Amino acid sequence: MSHLRIEHLKRPGVDAAELYVDDADCVALHGPSGSGKSMLLRAIADLDEASGEVWLDDRPRSGFSGPAWRRQVIYVAAESRWWDERVRAHATDWQAADLEAVGFGQDVLDWEVQRLSSGERQRLALARALAYAPSALLLDEPSANLDGPNTERIEALVRHWRAHTGGCALWVSHDAEQRARVASASYPIHAGTLGARDDD
Amino acid sequence: MTTDKLIILSSADLALAAGLVLLLAAVSWRLRLGVGKGMLIAAVRSTVQLLLLGLVLKALFSNSNPWLVAALATVMLAVAGYEVMARQKYRLRGPWGYGTGTLSMFLSSFSITVLALFTMLQPTPWYDPQYLIPLLGMLLGNTMTGVAVSLDNLTRQTLDKRHEIEARLALGYPATDAISDIRRDALRAGLIPIVNSMTTAGIVSLPGMMTGQILAGSPPMEAAKYQLLILFLIAAGTGLGSVVAVMLGSHRLFDSRSRLRRDHLTG
Repeated sequence: MSHLRIEHLKRPGVDAAELYVDDADCVALHGPSGSGKSMLLRAIADLDEASGEVWLDDRPRSGFSGPAWRRQVIYVAAESRWWDERVRAHATDWQAADLEAVGFGQDVLDWEVQRLSSGERQRLALARALAYAPSALLLDEPSANLDGPNTERIEALVRHWRAHTGGCALWVSHDAEQRARVASASYPIHAGTLGARDDD
Repeated sequence: MTTDKLIILSSADLALAAGLVLLLAAVSWRLRLGVGKGMLIAAVRSTVQLLLLGLVLKALFSNSNPWLVAALATVMLAVAGYEVMARQKYRLRGPWGYGTGTLSMFLSSFSITVLALFTMLQPTPWYDPQYLIPLLGMLLGNTMTGVAVSLDNLTRQTLDKRHEIEARLALGYPATDAISDIRRDALRAGLIPIVNSMTTAGIVSLPGMMTGQILAGSPPMEAAKYQLLILFLIAAGTGLGSVVAVMLGSHRLFDSRSRLRRDHLTG
C-alpha cells in the first residue's frame, strides 16, 4: 500500500499547496495545455528542482536519493522515449501479464523500437514503468493518442495494478468522462496553480 | 644532434613559399570561394606567432630560467583552454566553460610532459626549455583537439538526446547510467584522430615532427624513434585529457539529485 502527499511544491510555473493520493487510489488532474500539468508531475518526480516536500507513505522525498525516489514514484511522459534499439533492453523485469494487458505478446520484447507506432510505444511505456515495480505512478495523458479499445486497456491495467499492489496514481487527462472512470477525485490546474477539488 | 647538414633558410626562401599562399588567396578571390581573407589572416597569424615563438625560445634557451619556462607553459595552456571553449557550440555556463577543458589539459599534458622529462628524455636540468617547450607544445596541441572534440560531442549529444536521458532518469537510473552511452561516444570521437594518425603514420603521412628532424639533418632512425615516442605520449595525453574532460563535463550536466541540468549549458 502506498500513498502520496504533496506539500507546498513550488517552482516557476508550478504551485501546488496540497494534494493527497490515498493508498491504491487514483487522482486526476486537468487544465488547458500549457497550464503546467506536466511541469507539476516532473516536479513531483524530482526531475525538476522545486521547493516544498513530497511524502511517499511517511517518508519525505528529501530522505531518498534522486534516483531512489524516481524508482518509487515513476513519471510516465506523454511522449515515451526509448534509448536502446530493442524493446527488451529497456527493463529487466518485464511482466508477461502487463504486456498482454496492453495488447502484446512477449515477442514484442525482440522488436525494434523504431518499427513501433507511437500508439504502440505509448502502451509499452506503461508496461515498461510497471516493470520497475513503482509505488506510485505519475501518468501524463497516458491514452492521449490511443483509440477506444486501447484506452480501455490502459485504464484496466492501471486499475488492476492499483488493486493488486496498493500503488497510487496521479493521472492527467483532458477527458472528463475518463477522469470520472479512472479517478476518485479530480483537480484543475490554471497557470501552474493547483485549484480546489472539482465537484463530483 | 648534427647540425652540419642543416640548410639555413633565407628570407627569400620564405617569401617564395609565402607567395604560394598569396597565389592561392588570389585564386580564391577570383573563384569567389570566400576563404581568401581567412587564409591570409591565418598565414599572417602563423608568421607572427612562430617568429615570436622563435624569439622567445631563443631568449629562453640562452638562460634556462625555470620561472620563464613556467610562464610560457602557462600562457600556452591558457590559450589552449580558450581554443577548446571557442570550439564548442554549447558550453557549460560559468567558470566550468573555461575550467573543464583547461583543467583536463593541464592534468594530462603537464603530467605526461613531466613524466617524459623525468623518465625518458632526462635532460639537465629537467625543465631545459629545449625539451620541455616542444614536448609540451606537441602534447597541448593534440590534447586540445581531443578534449575539444570530446566536450563538443558530449554537450551536443546531451542536448540532442535529453529526452532519452530523462526517460532513464524517470525510471530511477542514476545519472552515470543515463549518460553512459553518450559519454562513450564522446570519448571515442575525441580519440579517433590520434588512432588514425598512429595508423597512417609513415605510410600515408610523414609526421610533421619527423619531417622536421630529417630536414634538420637527424639520422632517419633517430627521427623515427623520436616520432614514436611523441605519438605514444600524444595518445596517452589525449586519452587522459579526454577522459577527464568527459567525466568533469558529464558530472556538471547533472546536479546532486541526478537531475539533468539543461540550464548548466549555454545555447
